[in-house]
Amino acid sequence: MQDIIDNFFNFDILIRSRVLLLGGLFMTLRLISFSVLLASGFGLVLAVFRHARIRFFDPIIILYINLVRAIPGIVMLMLIFYVLPFTGIRMSPFWALTSAVAFTGGAYYAEIFRGGLSAVPRGQTEAARASGLTFIQTTRYVILPQAMRIILPPLTTNTVELIKATSIAAVVALPDLLWQALQAQATTMNSTPLTAALILYLIILLPLVELIRYLEGRMKTDY
Amino acid sequence: MHDFVKYFLNFDIMQKAFPYLLSGLWVTIKTGISVVVFGFFVGVLLAVVNVGCHRLKYGSPINFLIRIYVDLLRASPYLVLLMLAYFALPFVGITLSAYQATVLTFGACLSAFAEEILRGSIEGIDKGQTRAARSLGLSFLQTMRYVVLPQAIRISIPPLTNRTVAITKGIALASAISLSELLKQARWTQGQYANPSPLIAATLLFILLFLPLIRITFYVEKKWGKGL
Repeated sequence: MQDIIDNFFNFDILIRSRVLLLGGLFMTLRLISFSVLLASGFGLVLAVFRHARIRFFDPIIILYINLVRAIPGIVMLMLIFYVLPFTGIRMSPFWALTSAVAFTGGAYYAEIFRGGLSAVPRGQTEAARASGLTFIQTTRYVILPQAMRIILPPLTTNTVELIKATSIAAVVALPDLLWQALQAQATTMNSTPLTAALILYLIILLPLVELIRYLEGRMKTDY
Repeated sequence: MHDFVKYFLNFDIMQKAFPYLLSGLWVTIKTGISVVVFGFFVGVLLAVVNVGCHRLKYGSPINFLIRIYVDLLRASPYLVLLMLAYFALPFVGITLSAYQATVLTFGACLSAFAEEILRGSIEGIDKGQTRAARSLGLSFLQTMRYVVLPQAIRISIPPLTNRTVAITKGIALASAISLSELLKQARWTQGQYANPSPLIAATLLFILLFLPLIRITFYVEKKWGKGL
């Protein structure tokens, strides 16, 4: 027992590695913010295009979504970071990771948003337009509130997955939380930094997971 | 253009790398199957125990423990858990091989998701079924096994297959702990030949592996997602 505490919950080593861990935490927070924003924006645009059923874009978007679902995120990252430079597109590790995560997550977001958009009956749009609302007013006051209730649980789940995906930054030596924790672990020969990193991730993600539980519970009792 | 082909579609190098990639693919498939079997088995177990303990007078601690297990695993990044399992556990005497660490980590994560999905399905089944079965004299376990679970599993299949594909893709992460799966072999041969063609070949193999699974998921969702 004492062994476990010394190795995983060693306060001394935690204090000694606090600089590394805090730096990693800030990098991770930056990664998360950019990735989530880019992915949801991208996904929303794709969903709107698919919902509008423009004949030209449909097959391209479907192909894109299927490809992204078939390729693991880390492979996508490898492609963007190691292969793309050969075509001249060179990115910093930060943007390579952000774009990899945003492309992968964006496809899932697109599917979720599209599900929400198509779940609202067409009659709603027709009635709203017939009552004199403009397209933007219809979307804002009639469509979106209804769509939001449906998509909120899978949306939160996907956001959690996205945040978890940013941890693969360690693979391209981007100094995020996990990478710094591994460095600290290597230099101190103690696993406390890793435990600290896990706990920090949990602090960010557990509230979201509980939110998912709450939202799913609400969805059930809504009949 | 010639440069592009020389770097990305170098069939010569792809050919040389192919045996390695193929063995990597096999390891990925093997690990995937282990993860799925382990995850489903533990997930079903936990779901049944969770539902069963709800009715017991002193069952709440078990419910609480299961909820902690599930929430922790749902909220933890796979790579962090993998690193803990592979690099940290040896410090307390538990040394796992890359394969064991991978199966344990991803199996546990899958079991958490599977438990949630199954529990939702089980609770979604009309209570009349359980009442009828119990009043006919079936025990709790018999009710579960012959009446509730078959229906619950059928309903869970769409979200379950979705989640399973997502977690199986995560096995590529195990390349970071030197498990000789497809991505690791690709990166190794890429280093050997100083050419990214093996990575392109590996991507195609991944697509070859996962696209059918995703189409099956889609088909299953269409067929069984519309309810009974």
